[in-house]
Formats: sequence, structure tokens, C-alpha cells
Amino acid sequence: MSQTNQKHSEHRLPSPVANPENKAFLEAAQKDELLIKYCNSCKESHYYPRTICPHCGSDDTTWIKSAGLGEIYSYTVMRRGVEVPFAMAYVKLQEGISMLTHLTNCDFDSIRVGQKVRVVFQETQDGQKTHLFEPI
Amino acid sequence: MSSAANKYDACIAGIYEHPLRVAPDHTVAQLHAEVARGALLDAGLTLDDVDGYFCAGDAPGMGPVSMADYLGLKKLRYLDSTDTGGSSYLTHVNHAARAIAAGQCKVALITLAGRPKSEGSSGTQVRSQWASAPDFAFEKPYSPAPLNTYAMCAMRHMYEFGTTSEQLAWIKVAASHHAQHNPNAALKDVLTVDDVLNSPMIADPLHRADCCVVTDSGGALVVVHPDIAKTLKKPVVTMMGAGETTKGQMGGKVDLTYSGLAWAAPLAFKEAKLTPEQIRYASIYDSFTITVLIQLEDLGFCKKGEGGKFVEGGQLISGKGKLAFNTDGGGLCNNHPANRGGMTKVIEAVRQLRGEAHPAVQVPNLEFALASGIGGALGTRHGASVLIMGRLQ
Repeated sequence: MSQTNQKHSEHRLPSPVANPENKAFLEAAQKDELLIKYCNSCKESHYYPRTICPHCGSDDTTWIKSAGLGEIYSYTVMRRGVEVPFAMAYVKLQEGISMLTHLTNCDFDSIRVGQKVRVVFQETQDGQKTHLFEPI
Repeated sequence: MSSAANKYDACIAGIYEHPLRVAPDHTVAQLHAEVARGALLDAGLTLDDVDGYFCAGDAPGMGPVSMADYLGLKKLRYLDSTDTGGSSYLTHVNHAARAIAAGQCKVALITLAGRPKSEGSSGTQVRSQWASAPDFAFEKPYSPAPLNTYAMCAMRHMYEFGTTSEQLAWIKVAASHHAQHNPNAALKDVLTVDDVLNSPMIADPLHRADCCVVTDSGGALVVVHPDIAKTLKKPVVTMMGAGETTKGQMGGKVDLTYSGLAWAAPLAFKEAKLTPEQIRYASIYDSFTITVLIQLEDLGFCKKGEGGKFVEGGQLISGKGKLAFNTDGGGLCNNHPANRGGMTKVIEAVRQLRGEAHPAVQVPNLEFALASGIGGALGTRHGASVLIMGRLQ
């Protein structure tokens, strides 16, 4: 499957659009911090962040800082389309939740499910930062 | 026929698939109208008979409000614009059947049409309609297109169960064997496993030939009360069971190895009082080869993780394998109108039950058929819908 031996994504990341529910998350990313939501009622984390816990329905949710460590649950290298290649993945964090992301700083042809990764932050098209992951 | 076959007291009396695959000189509304007219003619009914109307997000303007006016529907007393992407039209059949059984309408028209081919859409693009979703801020930076989210499902399935690209390719090979007999099919060449594997990699591990076609086109269905169906000339196809649900990322507890059909299919089989072993023809939603493989497991045709072994060696080829699927060529080779394949899944299942499929692919003496749908994106969030139909003897 190797037409490429790419290490970095050529994909210029589009920016997320802020709203009242994700404002804290996006502001933390500008400081290279990855926040996730934690529910004080059912003691579970969730992702994507939202006001009311999707696991138990409680509104007693709070932001916690993720260690930013996890492993690749699944991935794909997009090889056709606009601004390819790029490596999309679900990364499962130590905190137990999986998040959609990109992989960077790696050979796209040697990515493996189960690989250990850590969070890094990269600028989007208009200078905001957003999270990606790189192999450890 | 058992009483179970009349459970909903509703029948599919009219079907029509638009013959065009590229329609740059049509409007979307016009395509809706042409398929509506075609399905009503097939049933032996007219627009004046319609008192229930169903359409989804492909319909222009205000959906049923715009389209009912455009079509000139004057007797409407039941409307449904449920939109679960490509699975919408199976869900519409289910809802229409329940509405007819409840006395809410007697002749329900369901239409689909679109022009993604002429408008330059492809599976590598982020879908604009996802922009208002609450999760979009957390996905937009990563450009989730339909194709790459399905590819991640394939990658995980391969990791957990040892599924291979060769096994996925057999699904396309079977579809291509059927499409050679369909003069309207977008792709009519018979493919080999090597043809699929040698096509360009689009999103690992999915090749170009693992993907469905992008087509302008449309289709329509007419669901009626049995009293009306019995007065019409076509063989009567009855609704027997249905199930529908949605599945997403479940608050971050992502599992890409199964679809919502794992929950919806048992409901449909229970209602129909049938088991997967009794189904000899199935229209399986086929946006990508992996979509088919995961559904075959979730529908109960084989155990979870054994879909690869189930499909290899041509087991989905009509007249050769153990389960005939998508005998029109499916979305993989024939038609995936408006990027929404659910409509054509129902249409070919009805053709099979009526004995109107191409003789080269018709399953003889078919009593029951299943149609399934996945709408949205399997790897992020999707609607899942399944119908089980029977032929009135």
C-alpha cells in the first residue's frame, strides 16, 4: 500500500468552529493542553465534550486535563482527494475514550493499530491550534 | 402465506429506478417527479391516489412541503421526512407500513433523487450537511469524508478478525458478476479479485474498486393497503418485519467492528418470525465492500468476525453461492443515486420477490427477501434500517 513514504501531513487543517460548549476545549488547545469531559455522577469520561453526560444524563460534568497518551484504535491513510496524503485515526486515550484525530511525525506506511502515541498540537489554516498525535 | 406476512397490513405495490446514471440536463425535482410517476405507473395508480408522501434530505427545498406542491399531490394526509441518510428509504417503508396499518393513509409514495455525479461530489469530500452537528468542531480539522471513516472500520475489522483485502474484494467481484446483466449499470465489466486489489489505493485499506459508484439518478416506491394491492396487476409483496436505529461514537466508547444493524436486525427477524437461514436473497447496503461485510455479520448470516470467510470464493454470486446479494449490481456497480443507496436496495428486493430480476440472477421460487441500509458514515455515526418482505402466494 505504499505510494508514499510520508512523515508529515500535507493537509492544511481546517479550523474548528467555536461555540459555548467547546470554548474551554479550544482555548486549552491554544496552550497545548488537551481537555476532556468527566462526569462526577457516573465517574466516566466522555468525548466529544458536551454539557450533559451521554453515559448517564447527569449535568454534573467537569473539564479535566488529559495526559494526552494513548494508542491507535484504528487509522487510515487518505491517498486520493484534496491535500493528500494524511493519516486519520481514532486514538484511545489512557482515560478510556477514543477521539478522531490525525497522526503526524511518522512514516505513513508503518503506522499500526495498537501503536502508542502522544498528543501534539499543530496550527490550523488560520493559526488556531488543534490536537494531533505522534508515535512515542 | 402465513399470517405473519400480513402483519403490517401493507404491501409494496410500485417500484421504479431511473435508468439514467448521469443526468446533467435534469433538475433534482424533475428526477423525483419522473421516479414518482414511474412507480405509480408500475403499481397501476396515479398521483391522485397518493395520500401519504415520504422523502428525505435529497429532496430540494422544504422537502415534502416543496415536493408535494411540485408533484401536485392534493390528497395528502400523512407526511414523513425522516432523514437517516442512505437508510432513509427503508425507514420510510417501515413508517409507511405502520401508518397504513394504523389507518393514517392508504397509498404512500416514497421518492429519492439527486445529481452528485453532475455536481462533482465524491466520497473523498467532507459532507457540508455535517457542518451543524454538535460534534463537528471535534472532527472538522481532520477532514472526515465518508470514505476515510469507512476505511477505519475496515482497518479495525482486519486487525481484530484477520479479515483480508482479498476477502473484501470478493464482495465487489460478486456485484460485478450481477451488473454484467444490467444494461443500466454504471459499471458492467466483470472483475476479478486481482482487478480490485490492483485498483488504486484510496484510503488504506480500501481500493477504488472497494467503493460504490457516484451516480445521478433516483428511485421511488409505492406502499399500499392490502385491499388496494389485491386489485393491482403485480405480484403482491408484503411487509413482514422491520427494525431501525442509529449508532454513533457512544460518548467516546468507539467500536468500529459492528453497525446499528446488530441491534435492529433481531427486531426485524423477530417480527417476521423468520431466521437468517430462511433468507436466500438479500439487498445489502453497499457503499463500500466493508459496509457489506460488517452487515452480513450483524444481520446474522454469519458470526461476528467471520464475514471474510463467508464471502470468499463467490458465495454472494446468485446461482453459485449460499446467499445471493444485490443482483442488480448494487451500489458497488450499478447505481448509488444521490449518494444514498437504500432506495435501490428495496427496489431490487421487490424485483426478486416478483420474479422480475434478470433471468441470469433471479433466485428461483423466492419466498422471502431482506433489504438493509446504513446511512451517514459507518465510522462516525449512522442510521441503520432493515426490512424483511415476503411474496403473497
